[in-house]
Amino acid sequence: MKRKWIAATAMAVTAGLLTACSGGSGDTPTNEKVTLTYANWSEDQSPAMKQIAAEFEKTNPNITIKVQTLPWPEYWSTLQVGAAGGTAPDAFWMLADHFREYAKGGQLLDLSDTVKSNKIDMSVYPKPVSDSYTYEGKIFALPKDFDTNGLWYNKALFDAAGVKYPDDSWTWQDVQDAAKKLTDSKKGVWGIAAPIDSQGGFYNTILQAGGNIINPEGTASDFASPAGIAGLKFWTDLQAAGASPTLKQLSDTEAVSMFENQKVAMYTSGAYWALRFYKNPDLKDKVDVAPLPQGVKRATVTSGIGNAGYAGSKHPEELKKFLAFLGGTRAAEIQAATGTVLPAYQGTQKPWLDSMPEFHLQVFIDAIDYSVPLPVAGNASEWQGLAPQFLTPAWDGKKPVEQAAKEYQDAVDQVLAKQ
Amino acid sequence: MTNVATKPVRRPVGRRTGVSKPSGWWGLAFIAPATIGLVALYVWPFLSTLLKSFQDVPAFGPATFVGLENYTTLIGDGDFWKAFQNSALYTLIILLGIPLAVVLAALIEQVGRGRAIYRVLFFLPVVTLPVAIGMVWRFIYNGDFGLLNYVLSWFGIDGQFWVADPRFTIYAFGVVGIWMGLGINLIILGAGLQAIPKALYEASSLDGAGRVRQFFHITVPLLSPSIFFVTILSVIAALQMFDLLFIMLRGVNNTALTDSKTIVYLFYEKAFVQFDQGYGAAIAIVLLMVIMIATALQFRLQRSWVFYG
Repeated sequence: MKRKWIAATAMAVTAGLLTACSGGSGDTPTNEKVTLTYANWSEDQSPAMKQIAAEFEKTNPNITIKVQTLPWPEYWSTLQVGAAGGTAPDAFWMLADHFREYAKGGQLLDLSDTVKSNKIDMSVYPKPVSDSYTYEGKIFALPKDFDTNGLWYNKALFDAAGVKYPDDSWTWQDVQDAAKKLTDSKKGVWGIAAPIDSQGGFYNTILQAGGNIINPEGTASDFASPAGIAGLKFWTDLQAAGASPTLKQLSDTEAVSMFENQKVAMYTSGAYWALRFYKNPDLKDKVDVAPLPQGVKRATVTSGIGNAGYAGSKHPEELKKFLAFLGGTRAAEIQAATGTVLPAYQGTQKPWLDSMPEFHLQVFIDAIDYSVPLPVAGNASEWQGLAPQFLTPAWDGKKPVEQAAKEYQDAVDQVLAKQ
Repeated sequence: MTNVATKPVRRPVGRRTGVSKPSGWWGLAFIAPATIGLVALYVWPFLSTLLKSFQDVPAFGPATFVGLENYTTLIGDGDFWKAFQNSALYTLIILLGIPLAVVLAALIEQVGRGRAIYRVLFFLPVVTLPVAIGMVWRFIYNGDFGLLNYVLSWFGIDGQFWVADPRFTIYAFGVVGIWMGLGINLIILGAGLQAIPKALYEASSLDGAGRVRQFFHITVPLLSPSIFFVTILSVIAALQMFDLLFIMLRGVNNTALTDSKTIVYLFYEKAFVQFDQGYGAAIAIVLLMVIMIATALQFRLQRSWVFYG
C-alpha cells in the first residue's frame, strides 16, 4: 500500500518535471500571453528598468516583462552558462568587451530587420557605441547609455593653492603644472590621482598623443610607439614628481575614494560618478568637471551598455518589439530622469543635466564629438588584465617607461595573436 | 583505562544474514538521496571537469579534444608556478596556526566559568560574512591610516603597505586565515581535550610534573588524533584559498594582485574571466592531485607522531 503511494508520488513529480520542461513550446501568435525576462547587473538602475518595463506593458498588454538583477560577479558566468544551456534571459545588458564572443557564438538575436522595419535611426546614438554592437554588418544590440571621461576637480583645494580652475583651454602641461602646485605633502594633499587606469587614464592620453591603443585590424597594440610612450609618460611623470599618491596608496584606497576624501584635487574619470559626488554633502558645492586636457589633440575613450536579445528566445517577435522600445526615446527619458546614467539617445540627456545643475556635465556630452570606442579586440578580458603586471614597474620608477611599454605591448600582442 | 573505552564492540554476526533479499531494494531507496546528491554534485562535475581538461572549450559552440595540451601549457606557465608558490607559502603559514590553536585550546580548557564566552569570541569570525572580514582587515592593513601601522608606530616601527605590497600580501592573508580558522579548530581540539581523563593529570602532578610538562607529555600526545584531523582540514582549506584574495584585492584596482594570486584564484580567472574553461579545468585537476598528495603524505607521516591510546 505504502509502496504504491510512493510510486504514485514519484510518477506525479516526474510528470510535473516533464510538463515544466515542455512548457512554452509551440508557435507564438501575437495575442498570446507572453512573459519575457530582462536581466541587468545594477541594483541602482533596477527601479528605472522596472519603470521602463511597466511603460512597455501599458501598450503591449499581452507581454509581461520580468526584470532580473544579478550581482556583477555572477552576471557574466550566469549569462554564459544560460546561453549555452538554452535558459538565458530573453533580453539582457551587453558590454562591448563581451559582445564579440556572444555575436561570434551566434547567441544574439539579429536586430538588423527590426531596425529597418521600425525605422530606427542609428545616428541618434553615439557612433562609437553603436559601432561596437555591430558584428559582420549586422546590428545585435541597441545602445542604452554611454560614458565619456572628464577632469573632475575640487574647487576648494584649487582655491587653497591659489590655482585657476581647469577649463577647455587646458593642455597636458597645465595639468602637470597645476598638479605640482596643488600638492601639499604636509597636509597630505596631492594634485591628482594617477593610478594604472586604462579607461579613465592612459587610454585617453595615448589617444590624445595621436596614437592608437590597438590597431584598426585588432591584430597588434601600439603601447611602445612614440605616442604610446608619451601617453604613458603623462602619468609616470606625475608619479615621479610626487604629485599623485603612490600606487601602493592607491591600491589601499581607491582613486575615487581619495578624491571623495579630498586628498586629491583632480581625478580623470567618467560621468558615472556624478550622482555619487552630488549626493555627498561635503562635495556637492566643491566639485566640478572640465573637459580632459588636450595633448596633440582632444580625445577620450567611450563605451556604453547595449540592450541585446537571446537568439534562443522562445518569443523572438515580442522580444524584438521590446528591444526596439528599449532603444527608443521613452526608455531613454526615463533613464535620464532618474539621474543614474547618461542615456545614449541623442537629445534625451537634458533631464540628466538638469538634475545636477551645479556640475558642468555638458562636457561629457560634448566629448562624444572626439570620442573613440574602447578597444575590445581579441580576448579583451585577457589582455586588459595585463596592464598592472607590466606597467607597475614604470609607475614605481623601477623601469624606464620605454622598456615597460615594450614588454607590455609584446604580452598584449601575444594574446591578440591567439585568436 | 582508555583501552577499555575504545575497544571495538563485536557485532552479532548472526544478524547479518537476517536481511532478506527482496528488502535490498529498500536499502537502495534509503541511500538514494545521498547517492543522487553525491553523483550529481561531486561525481558528475568531477568527470566533466576531467573531460574538459583535455579539451579546448570555447565560450559557445562545441569543444575540441586537444589531448594533454592544457597540461603541457600549464607546466610552462610562469603564472601557474607563481600561484603554486603563493598557495604553498600560505598553507605553511596556516600550519603555524595549529600549535597556536593547541595552546589556546588548552588554556581555554583551564578556564572554569566563562569558557563558553572564549569559545564564542573565537568562533565569531567563522560565522561572519567573509566580505565584512575582508573590509575590516583592509582597514587594519591600510598603509596610511591602518590600525596595524598605528600600533607599530608606538614601538617606533615603520609601517608597511601590507596588502598593497606583494612582498607582504601572502603573509598578511596568512594571519587573517589563521584567525578565521581558529574557531573551528578550537571546537575540534576542545572536544579532544575533554576526552583526556583528568586522572592522568592528577597522577602526574602527584609525581611532581608541572603544567608545561603535563602539556607536552599528556595533553599533546593524547590530543594528537585531533591535531592530526585539524591539520588535514587546514591544509585542504588553505590550498583552496580564494575568498580573501577576491574580496581584499580584486575590484579595488590593487596592483599587488598580479603577484599574489593563489591556485584557485588563477583557476577562477582563467575559467570565468577569460573563458578558457579547458585550461581552468586542467588547473582544477592539478589542484585536486596536489591536495591528494598532501593528504596522503600526512597520513603516511602521522604514523610517527599520532598516538591512538
